[in-house]
This record gives sequence, C-alpha cells and structure tokens, in this order.
Amino acid sequence: MNTVSSFAAFSAVVHRDLLLAYRHRAELLNPLAFFVLVVTLFPLGVGAEMALLKRIAPGVIWVAALLASLLSLDTLFKSDFEDGSLELLVMTPHPLSLLVLAKVTAHWLLSGAPLSLMAPLLAVMFGLQGDVIGILLFTLLLGTPVLSLIGAIAVALTVGLRKGGVLLAILVLPLYVPVLIFASGAVDAAMAGFPVSGQLYMMAALLVGALTLTPWPTAAALKMSLA
Amino acid sequence: MIMRFLHKFSSPPYFYAISGRMLPWLSALLLGLLAYGLYGGLVLAPADYQQGDSFRIIYVHVPAAWMSLFIYMVMAVSGAIALVWRIKLAEIVAISSAPIGAGFTFLALATGSLWGKPMWGAWWVWDARLTSELILLFLYLGVIGLYGAIEDKRAASRAVAILALVGVVNIPIIHYSVEWWNTLHQGPTVTKFDKPSIHVDMLIPLLAMAVAFKVYYAIALLIRCRNELLLREQSNRWVDEILEQR
Repeated sequence: MNTVSSFAAFSAVVHRDLLLAYRHRAELLNPLAFFVLVVTLFPLGVGAEMALLKRIAPGVIWVAALLASLLSLDTLFKSDFEDGSLELLVMTPHPLSLLVLAKVTAHWLLSGAPLSLMAPLLAVMFGLQGDVIGILLFTLLLGTPVLSLIGAIAVALTVGLRKGGVLLAILVLPLYVPVLIFASGAVDAAMAGFPVSGQLYMMAALLVGALTLTPWPTAAALKMSLA
Repeated sequence: MIMRFLHKFSSPPYFYAISGRMLPWLSALLLGLLAYGLYGGLVLAPADYQQGDSFRIIYVHVPAAWMSLFIYMVMAVSGAIALVWRIKLAEIVAISSAPIGAGFTFLALATGSLWGKPMWGAWWVWDARLTSELILLFLYLGVIGLYGAIEDKRAASRAVAILALVGVVNIPIIHYSVEWWNTLHQGPTVTKFDKPSIHVDMLIPLLAMAVAFKVYYAIALLIRCRNELLLREQSNRWVDEILEQR
C-alpha cells in the first residue's frame, strides 16, 4: 500500500541527503575550495592589472562555477549506487523522476547555493561594482540549478562505470554552453550599463525547461544503469 | 504494406542480405554523382565575383555541414525508436551513425577554416556557426565515448539513445545562444524560403554533391551496421550460415 504521499517522499529524500552531507561536512567544502582556487589562479595567470581583471571577471567566475559544479556532480548518485540505496529508491512506488528531482534539489542546496553566495566575495576581489555583483549573484542563482539538473542526466548515464570521470566532463560541458553564454552576457551587459532583462528571461526559461524536462531522462538513465 | 516491409527489413538476417545487394548499386550511384558534382563544381561553375575560385570549397564544406546535422537527427530518431520499440537494428543504426557524423563535422570544420583563411584572414574565429559546429563535434565525441565505456552493448545503445535525445533538445538552444552571442559567418544561400541567392550553375553541382554525401553516408552506415550486426549476433545460426558460404 502506498501510504506516503509523493510530497512526503520528496521531502524525505531531500532531508536524508542534507543530513548525510551534514555528517560528512569536510567533503562539502571541496567544490567550494576548488571554485575559489580556480578563480584565484586567473590573476596569477593573466597578470594583476585591475582593468583586465574587471573585463574578464564574469567569464572567469562563471567558468569556474561550471567546473566546480562538474566536480561536485560526481557525488550526486555515487554513494547511493555503491551502498545499494539507489535500487531501493527505484523500487519505491513513487515516480522515480520526482525522487530524482529531490536528489537534485538537495545537491543544488549543497553545491550551487553556497557557490552562488561565495561569488560576490570573489567579484569584489575582481573589482566589480555593487549592482553588477547583484546581477552576477542573480545569474548564479538562476543558472546553477540548471547545471545540476543537466548534469544529473550525465551522472545517471555514467554512474555504473569505473572510468566515468573524464567522460562525464565530455558529456556535460557542451550542454552547459547556453547557461554560460547567457549568464556572462547578462553580467557583461550590466557592466556596460545596458538592460539585462533579455538574458535573465532566457536563463529563467532555461531553468523552467530544465526543471520540467530533465527528471525523465535522468530517471530513465538511472534505471538503465541499474539494470 | 509499408509497415510489413519495415518489419521485415528490421530483422537482422533479412537486413544483412538485402543491404549486401544494395551496396554495389549505391556505390555506382555515388561514383556518378561525385564525378558530376566535382567536375561541375570545380571546372564548369563560374568563379564567384567576390571570392574568385576559392569559393569552390563550398562543394565539400556545405554538404559536410548539412550532413553533420542530418546524421545527428538520424541518430536521435533511431535512438528514440530503439528506446520505445527495442528494435535491434535501430540501436545499431544510432551508434553506427555517430563516428560518420563526427567525421563529417570535422570535415566541415576543417574545410571551413581553409575557406576562412583567405576570406576572413584567420583560420579560426569564434563565430556562432563555427562554435556551434565545434560543440556538435563534442556532442558526437561524447556519444562515442559513452558507447565505448559501457561493456554491455545493448545497455550502451540505450545510454547512447538517451544522450542523443538530450542533445537534440539542446542543439537548437546551443545554436541560438551562440548565434546571439557572436556572428560573422555569411548567411544561408540555399536553405531559405526565398529564391536561393546562388547562381544556378553553381547550385546544381552543389545539390549533386549534397546527394552524393548522403549516398556516401548510406554506404558507410550499411557497412558499419553489417559489421556490428555480425559482432552482436555471432551466436545466432544465420551468422554461421553466412560464414559457411564464404
């Protein structure tokens, strides 16, 4: 008998993943530290000239965010796959796509959200101004959930493989291109004093599209990986 | 009638037999089209009033670019068929298309850079069409890599089908995002609803080359599918019968 409502199942999965992450706090910091490190490398690589840094800041921060999100994706289904709880999730009477959405939500709360909140600090270090930083934060909050949602498909496809690491990057990064273009485009436009609503609407559309479409291929890929 | 033919066509032994009989005809057709297209394009067609003779690379570049998109669509559609109806032949068509598509994509990029050097003064520019074609190449490489990484080939086919479908949703998004981001490439000259803005003497060899490339794809696909079928069905009796006849 199905006595648990779908909403309860959704929040139970989110709660469980957050609790698990809280018990392994050290691992949570890795993608964040990676994000800060990659951004820090750019002034060392291209020179510390403030005008240049200001020019490339949106792109640098966004590319670093893509890479950090790629790094954190690996944890999305891996431990559940290894200890068998993924099979139990598949066997529950609830739609797998909903449970997948719950896992991605938890993953975004643990990776994308802290990363977005960290970004304004880095933006200050790159000499960006207040309102531009606001736009940057807004694009990150709109864009990083899309990264988690799209990435989940690729992780689900490669979860059973031992050598999935580099393959994951090849599968995921081409699909990240639109997010990168619209997000850094919005920040660039904000810096030049142009309106940014067009790019932000596009990002919102990407987010809505990803929210509604990606759980199904992810669920299908998970079932396939477990079969 | 058509459904019955398709049903029969998708059975491995029948496909193997009939594709073997189709190959010589297709090869003859390919040679004819290539001979006409190349002679018409490289010799008969007048030189362009702006680009001189260097526009003639269009006879390889444009058909290759068309094929790169067309093959991705074939891959996605046959992937969808494989996912829904579990037809073995559709799985094989999907994965056999990927390396050919990657090849055409690479050819379009390479000839494009050869064309770009005299026209734009640079081998590579971060233009919308070039960039989206490059990303298409990465999508193909992802499909090939994923297929190679999964041991069980039927599971690998399903994974590839899912990935191809995800990619097909993303291709228009990627296309328009990079289009708005930056553009230098010339606009379409043939594929538009208005009259083509290319002279008829240049157009007809181009269309012949486009059909020749399609026929080449059909030949390469059939050969790849036949090999893959033999590999996958090696424990079946009809494969033994074929091997005995050799």
